[in-house]
Amino acid sequence: MAKQTIEITVNGDRYEVAIDPWRSLAEVLREDLRLTGTKIGCNQGDCGACTVLINGRSVSSCLTLAVEAHQREVTTIEGLAKTPQELHPIQEAFVEKGAVQCGFCTGGMIMSAKHLLDKNPQPTELEIRQGLSGNLCRCTGYNKIVEAIGDAARRLNPAKEGQ
Amino acid sequence: MATPHFTVHQPATLEEALDLLGRHRASVKLLAGGTDLIMKLRAGATSADHLVSLNRVGGLNRINYQDEDGLVLGAGARISDVAAHPEVRKHYPALAHACSVMATTQIRNMGTVAGNLANAAPSADTAAPLLAYRGSVVLVERGGRRQVKLEEFFKGPGLTVLEPMEILEAIRVPVPPNRAGSCYLRLSARSQVDIAAVGVAGFLALDLDGCMMGVRLALASVAPTPVRCPEAEALLEGQRPDPQLLARAAVACVRAARPIDDVRATANYRRAMVQVLAGRVLQKSLAMAQGGAQ
Repeated sequence: MAKQTIEITVNGDRYEVAIDPWRSLAEVLREDLRLTGTKIGCNQGDCGACTVLINGRSVSSCLTLAVEAHQREVTTIEGLAKTPQELHPIQEAFVEKGAVQCGFCTGGMIMSAKHLLDKNPQPTELEIRQGLSGNLCRCTGYNKIVEAIGDAARRLNPAKEGQ
Repeated sequence: MATPHFTVHQPATLEEALDLLGRHRASVKLLAGGTDLIMKLRAGATSADHLVSLNRVGGLNRINYQDEDGLVLGAGARISDVAAHPEVRKHYPALAHACSVMATTQIRNMGTVAGNLANAAPSADTAAPLLAYRGSVVLVERGGRRQVKLEEFFKGPGLTVLEPMEILEAIRVPVPPNRAGSCYLRLSARSQVDIAAVGVAGFLALDLDGCMMGVRLALASVAPTPVRCPEAEALLEGQRPDPQLLARAAVACVRAARPIDDVRATANYRRAMVQVLAGRVLQKSLAMAQGGAQ
């Protein structure tokens, strides 16, 4: 069967790739574009390790066909910080709060946190937990992740501090 | 599990999508959110040489509410967008609630309400509230369109009246009357990510004398399809609300259920919970209707 050529913008870089149409976005990101920060855990949309943003919305890239991302903007964990030398405030908060253990879920957790904080810059603890309902972590017990996202919200909105 | 191979077509118009369906009729499936279809293809539960994606068809994502016509959800309307839509939250709170608690954020950002219906799982979370709100589906094929009441749409687990060359184009829901209330409650053993073990939706309005009218109750996950509860509805219709009557209607809801034992719950537990949830759904709907604003 013929390959389909797609154009995708990933983290601001434009790529043109010829791919088999049945391949997932997660596979193409990892295997063709070598962006391996997006992980494939369950490969069935439950664990959230493959979470990326397409046009600003969080999706499971393991259940998204790569051809469906044609002419869309994809953001992966590699593209969250402004430069490769820096960390995004959410990443900083994860490091400082000890919200990372084995790290396999972390990229997906941070992408879900990014989606949440873009929509809701001042989430309550419950809203943070609900925002992570599509991301599983087997190490941390979640508490430090929830704390880190609360902390990231304060970093991203310093003016609101103390409220 | 062998990787399924298929071609993906990405039409820009509904006409093109219908042509593609016709051209590849021997082995074709429609793709919207893909959260069910991609899984089933990989698991070998279904197969297709061609997928026709609806995700680039113009105008299909629409969510429109008008006071005369009610709500129209295009086939591409994402579950998360329906959940967040101010008019849906105001006029159809049980639907907004169902759309905000089912699955996960990522799946809600991908999946569509139309796909949830067309997939026809007995547990479809949006089906029970849409039944309670008297929803219908607009089905289009090359010859024309037809509108089917949702209660006539489901035929069995995974089965609907959709013909092979038809596309579910939109969902239509009438405007609820004033002094109306509605509610959807679901239970599952592992909170929201898991499929519901029991779901109950209700709708009722109050007339000028305070009697209940337009009562609708619908159940999910307790029969081969989402079902209405005609006996319970008839008990309440035209009556003044009182706690004993609501309790009798909740018992009557159990008689509409035909549950099975499965990994999520036993049939007996499901029957018991239909009664409990139906009682709560009726109380909450009544309180909302009596409160005036929804």
